[in-house]
Order: sequence, then structure tokens, then C-alpha cells
Amino acid sequence: MNRLSALRLFCSQVLAILGKDIRYELRSKQTWLGMGLFALLVFVIFNFAFDLRVENRAAVAPGALWVAFVFASLLGLGRTIAAEREGGSLDRLLLCPVDRRAIYLAKLLGNLLFIGIVELVALPIFAALFAVPLFSGELLPIVLLGTLGVATIGTLFSAMTAATRARELLLPLLVFPLIVPVVIAAVRATGALMIAAPNEPPWLGLLAAFDVIFLSLAFLTFSYVIEE
Amino acid sequence: MTYTGSNERSKQTSGEGSSEQSLLTQEARRQVTGRPLVEIQGLSKSFAFRPVLRGIALSLWAGERLALLGANGAGKTTLLRILACLTRPTAGQALVAGLDCVQDAQEVRRLVGLVAHQPYLYEELTALENLLFFARMYGVARGRERALSLLERVGLARRARDRVGSLSRGQLQRLALARALLHRPRLLLLDEAETGLDEAGTALLSALLAEHMADGGTLILTTHRPEFALQEADRLVMLKGGRIVYQEATAGLDLSQVRWAYQEVVG
Repeated sequence: MNRLSALRLFCSQVLAILGKDIRYELRSKQTWLGMGLFALLVFVIFNFAFDLRVENRAAVAPGALWVAFVFASLLGLGRTIAAEREGGSLDRLLLCPVDRRAIYLAKLLGNLLFIGIVELVALPIFAALFAVPLFSGELLPIVLLGTLGVATIGTLFSAMTAATRARELLLPLLVFPLIVPVVIAAVRATGALMIAAPNEPPWLGLLAAFDVIFLSLAFLTFSYVIEE
Repeated sequence: MTYTGSNERSKQTSGEGSSEQSLLTQEARRQVTGRPLVEIQGLSKSFAFRPVLRGIALSLWAGERLALLGANGAGKTTLLRILACLTRPTAGQALVAGLDCVQDAQEVRRLVGLVAHQPYLYEELTALENLLFFARMYGVARGRERALSLLERVGLARRARDRVGSLSRGQLQRLALARALLHRPRLLLLDEAETGLDEAGTALLSALLAEHMADGGTLILTTHRPEFALQEADRLVMLKGGRIVYQEATAGLDLSQVRWAYQEVVG
């Protein structure tokens, strides 16, 4: 098999797994609904809990936004590989002559899609509830890069914890410490959109750097994580 | 009790599942293929320091049909999982078509089809969607055509658009067979595949195995039914405690002999 046909097969396999996951999710509706409702609940609770006034909204809003996104993402990330193990096992996928990186890439793209849709629905509601001017062109790359960072690590660790009985407990315990830099960078970058702060580090660049590092590590280690 | 080396089967003993390929002598196979399709040397596997396979040595020529028998926990499934590259051996080596099941796992996976205890299907997808998905995973040319023809062949054409979750145990097993045959594997591994099949299903399984052999395939099956092993295999291998304790060509054996040997091994 030459490189071109190998690449073609790789892409076909990624799309096949992604398509299967989307079809599966559209039928089971387990992940999207859970994630979306969770994000909305967090917004509502934060809105009431902080008793926000005009002057402190901008200070609290970015944190509330990313806490909601991160927690909602973890709900979906836990399902990524766990759904593969239900009603059978991961073996049905591992039995196939598929590059393990293709499995990772497909699962990552699926997670980005699921989280992205939840964010797309949640953002306007958040903006309305918190009355903050969130919609600017610069928010898009922050959300994209922040989500990519969370999904990259989350997808890797969901594969690691899927075989364990306490995966719902283990996944956040393993993922949260690792995504702290991503969350800090995303919150500060989002905050900088609302209140311009001098001498801020280039948060967007840091987010991109974290993503590249996490993505490289995940690609290198995924086959060891997923195989016996 | 040791394997005699004589694999020649008469048409009288080959049963319905026989094929021209399975009538080849071991010598003829050697001349045609040069080296065994499956070569296992010193294969051991332990789970958490509990040995499941201990120094298995086995070879299988292309076109041969091997039945593995033994009590639960004897190591049959583990051996198949190693050949399907789902489990890594603790020691020793397993080669399929000269390819190492650990080092060349991706290439070996293309050559192997597995029907296991679990059907390895997605419940939320339809029967056809499942086969189309696996066709893409294996890079099967004209996947849709192949999937539809296999659904027809296993008698599930009418259930093609039904979700797998709604199929009965026997229908799941038929679909699992179709999945395993989708990419025309050279080596078919069946782990108690006859379980859950009714009489018609078992006849279909035998017919599919005959077609697989006629296409030049090779077969390793595990079973707890000596009569099924005698009907579908050229050679019987019995495992006990992860070791081969019995190896015999089925030619010349009758059911009572196989049952006796099986009872001796299983205890």
C-alpha cells in the first residue's frame, strides 16, 4: 500500500468512525442533551448565586462560562469511549486494521463537534443571562482553542478510564489538573475581551501552544492507552 | 495421544462442510504454500501472574481446519484473541502468513476474521449500517455490494434496515458471521460460533465455512461440541490448563472416540 492510498484509507476510517458516532448519538441522544442541559443549569445557578451587579459581571462571567463548558464537556468526554465499550467492547474497533491514531482523531473530532454544538446553543443564553457583550470576532478562536485543549486531553483520558469501574470519578480527577493551564488561559483571554487589561500575556498564543503539546502527546500515546 | 501427521480426509468422513481444499494432504499444502499459514511457537499468556497459555506450539497449513476443544478456562479464547491481535502474548510468537501478531498486527488484522462470544456489532445501527461501517474499516472494495450480498447469504436481507438491538441471538450470530467474512479473511477464527444458532443456522454456518474453505481459506474454531468439531475440522487439538494435551487428525476418528478423548481432557 503506497502512502497516498494509506492516507486515503486513514481518512476514510476517520470519517467512518466519526459518521458512526454522530449517527449513534443522534439515535441515542444521550450526550448532547445531557451536556446542553448541564451547561444551562450552571449558567442559571451562577447567575443567581453571584447576585451580579453591572460592575462585577465582566469579572465573573468568563469564569462562569468556562466552568460550565469544562464540566459539560467532561460529561460528553466520559461517553466517548465508554459508548464503544457498552453492548460489546472496544474490541470490535480494535479488531479492525485501523490505525489507532485514526480512532483518536475520529473521537476527538466527534467530541469537538458535540461540545461545539452545546457551546453554540449555550453562548447566546449565557450572554442574555449575564448581560455581557460576548459576541465579538475574537471570542471564536478563544472558544475553539480552549475547547480543543479540553477535548484533546479528555479524549485521551476517557480511553484510559473507560475500562475502569469508577470511570465517572476517575476522568475528572485525571483531566482537571492537566487542563488547568488551558482553563486559566481561556478565562483570562475571554476576560480581556470584556475589560481591556494592560501587560497581559498572549493568552491566545499560550492556548495554541498548549493545544499543540497536548495533541502531540495524545497522538503519540493513544495506541498504548487503548491497546491491552 | 499425539497428532499423527496424517491429514488426508476421505469424502465419507469430511461431511457437508468439506471442500476440495480440505482434501489436500499436508504434503500437498506444503508444496503449494511453502510454509504454514499459522505458526505458533512457545506461546504463553498470563493475566495478573495467572498463566492461561503455557508454551503452545502449533502450526496450521493454508486450507486446514482446526478445532480447539477444552473446558472453560483452558485457554481457547485467549489463543484466538492472540491470533486476532486483540491480546499480546506474554512469551513466544504467533505468526500468520509469516507476519508477527505483535509486530505486524495491522497487516495480520487484514488477514483474520473473528466471530467471538460477543457479536462485535453496534446495537444502535442497522444491520446494513454495521456491515457498511466495517467494510470501510477494512477498506473493502464495493463495500455496499458485498454487505448486501452477505446479508442475503446469511438470510438477513429483510432485516437489513432494522437496528441490531432488535435482532434475536441467532440473527446476531448470523450477522456476526457476515461481519467476519466481509473482508474475505484468509484465516477465520470462530469462538463457539455455533452457540445460539438453531438447526437452520448451524446448517448455514457449515455452508458458509465450506464456501470459505473453497475460497482457499483456513479455519480455527473452538467448540464444546465434539460432533461439531468432528464435522467441521481436519484436526482436533485439546487444551487443558493452557497446554496442548491431545492432537489428532479427524480422519479415521469416530464420534465416540472424540467424545471419550474430550471427556478425558475435560474431566
